[in-house]
Amino acid sequence: MNGNRERMPLIALRGASKVYRTGDVEVAALKGVDFTVEAGEFVAIMGSSGSGKSTMMNILGCLDRPTTGRYLLEGQDVSRLDRTELAVVRNRTLGFVFQSFNLLARTSALENVELPLLYAGVSARERRRRAREALERVGLGERLEHHPRQLSGGQQQRVAIARALVNRPRLLLADEPTGNLDSRTSVEVMVLFQELRREGITLVLVTHEPDIAGYAGRVVVMKDGRILSDQRQQPVPAVVPPLEEAVS
Amino acid sequence: MNLLETLRLAVSSLLRSKMRSFLTSLGIIIGVGAVIAMVAIGDGARANVQKVFDSMGTDLLIILPGSSNSGGARGGFGSQPSITWDDLEAIRTQVPSVRAAAPELRTSTQVFSEDQNWRTSVIGTTPDFFAVRAWSLAEGERFSEADVEVGAKVVVLGQTVVEKLYGAGFNPVGQVVRINKMPFTVVGVTARKGQSPMGTDNDDTLFVPATTFQRQVQAQSLGKYIPGALFVQADPTAGTARAWEDLTVLLRERHRLSEDEANDFDIRDLSEMANSRQQSTETLSLLLASIAAVSLVVGGIGIMNIMLVSVTERTREIGVRAAVGARPRDILAQFLIEALVLALLGGLVGAALGLGVARLLAARFQWPLLVRPDVIFLALGFSALVGVGFGLYPARKASRLDPIDALRYE
Repeated sequence: MNGNRERMPLIALRGASKVYRTGDVEVAALKGVDFTVEAGEFVAIMGSSGSGKSTMMNILGCLDRPTTGRYLLEGQDVSRLDRTELAVVRNRTLGFVFQSFNLLARTSALENVELPLLYAGVSARERRRRAREALERVGLGERLEHHPRQLSGGQQQRVAIARALVNRPRLLLADEPTGNLDSRTSVEVMVLFQELRREGITLVLVTHEPDIAGYAGRVVVMKDGRILSDQRQQPVPAVVPPLEEAVS
Repeated sequence: MNLLETLRLAVSSLLRSKMRSFLTSLGIIIGVGAVIAMVAIGDGARANVQKVFDSMGTDLLIILPGSSNSGGARGGFGSQPSITWDDLEAIRTQVPSVRAAAPELRTSTQVFSEDQNWRTSVIGTTPDFFAVRAWSLAEGERFSEADVEVGAKVVVLGQTVVEKLYGAGFNPVGQVVRINKMPFTVVGVTARKGQSPMGTDNDDTLFVPATTFQRQVQAQSLGKYIPGALFVQADPTAGTARAWEDLTVLLRERHRLSEDEANDFDIRDLSEMANSRQQSTETLSLLLASIAAVSLVVGGIGIMNIMLVSVTERTREIGVRAAVGARPRDILAQFLIEALVLALLGGLVGAALGLGVARLLAARFQWPLLVRPDVIFLALGFSALVGVGFGLYPARKASRLDPIDALRYE
């Protein structure tokens, strides 16, 4: 099983399409896309709004199902699972990072990070230990009891990343993770992502900023519900500029 | 996610907006409080009525002699003596559904101690009277059958009479009082009964043997007929209705009344009076409790309303929870338990409030405080039911949200 898993791609979309129906009008957001991501890749998906990249992201994240076609995640066809089964897949296999962080307000960083473990049925003590570990991993070991309001945008996004990582997923999905961050904190997040990639986590991120896409090893450009181009590249190593430089 | 985790989650989210949670449960608080207070008040009032009627004697029937008819002018019941002393003896010994019976001969007269006097009512009777009319003795003892036999000049005083003749707290047993200038030895004092249901003072009376009453107080010779009423206590297992029938049959037989002749006596069932009073208080408390129950339902609607607002407000939170792996049933449980906790907390606070009000009213009206645990559990159970019932719709709504829409919700 394990050897099998090594050989098959982590993500495989086979002729996936998505049709939204509003009244009598049918809008095809995704038109028969074939898309494969091997384990350990760092993929950036680019495209203008309406290109279908968000729809694809929702399907990859098991938040939505393709209208036709198949989605194999770790070799398992998840395109016909019901809502409860999809929730379990999201919980076990995936981690999400959103543009707007989506942390629970008036809830400490630690409790926010514990959330996926709560639904995985992990004991309270183990939850606490692993949440603390995850927060230390993203450099927030000193901010465990802080509420989102007491944290900067960059810190909030790192809490969100810790939350995405806490269940040790194989795949991290990030939807415009730097969209609400300044350039310096954006680079900090990218440093973290590149570290995660080196640790063997597969990353797929959606962005419209070319320099953010530059940190990935593969860039996919989408247009009108189809993949326009799919290129591998040498990723730019993310380095946080010294503080003086950022100020000037 | 297990139940305890969900419960913890619900409590912490309710604590985040304490004021709102409190106001939401207020409907339930008032509803449960009202139900418990109303039932306690109803029970208290009923017990109070019961107490008053018990002081008259339980399972009581009264037999009045027939009416006289002189020259076409018909007297009322009791105007024509028709019950004989032998009838009384027969009632006491031959009717199994009768536990005890005693005559009540009544008049009022002036009684004298050494330095005081007082006009009071005098009752001539037999020793059974004390049991039949639920009189207990505070001092001394009642007079005996032998005293009745020989017409002994002994007397049992009521508390009010003792107060007027000797002053409160005095033990007059062994003292001599004069009734119709005749000396009577005080052998006992009855315990205080207080006011009768008709508002008269039960304790303003004294008791002498029936024979003594006729000879000394009324200065008459003993006749065949009893010049007064009979009080009969039915056997509780047989009941007053059965005793009523048995007494009617017995007396008709003894008076040799033919089929078409009317009764020359009248038997009244006093327990019916108590029952009808009882029923009216019961109807009243049932009415009050059902009005209170309506406010429970209104409270439930309040919970549903706030839970719907809460689901809308927390759409994004629901989206986040769903994204990180909450199953629809986890979301359902979270909101359902929140509603349940709101309702149950409201129920508990309401129960405490209701008990407080009941206690206050009981103290104010000097009722016995009766709290029925079954009513409390029923009210709590009902409020839990209200919580689940009215929480279900909002919780289902939350659990059916599409995670993508929920995450995008602003």
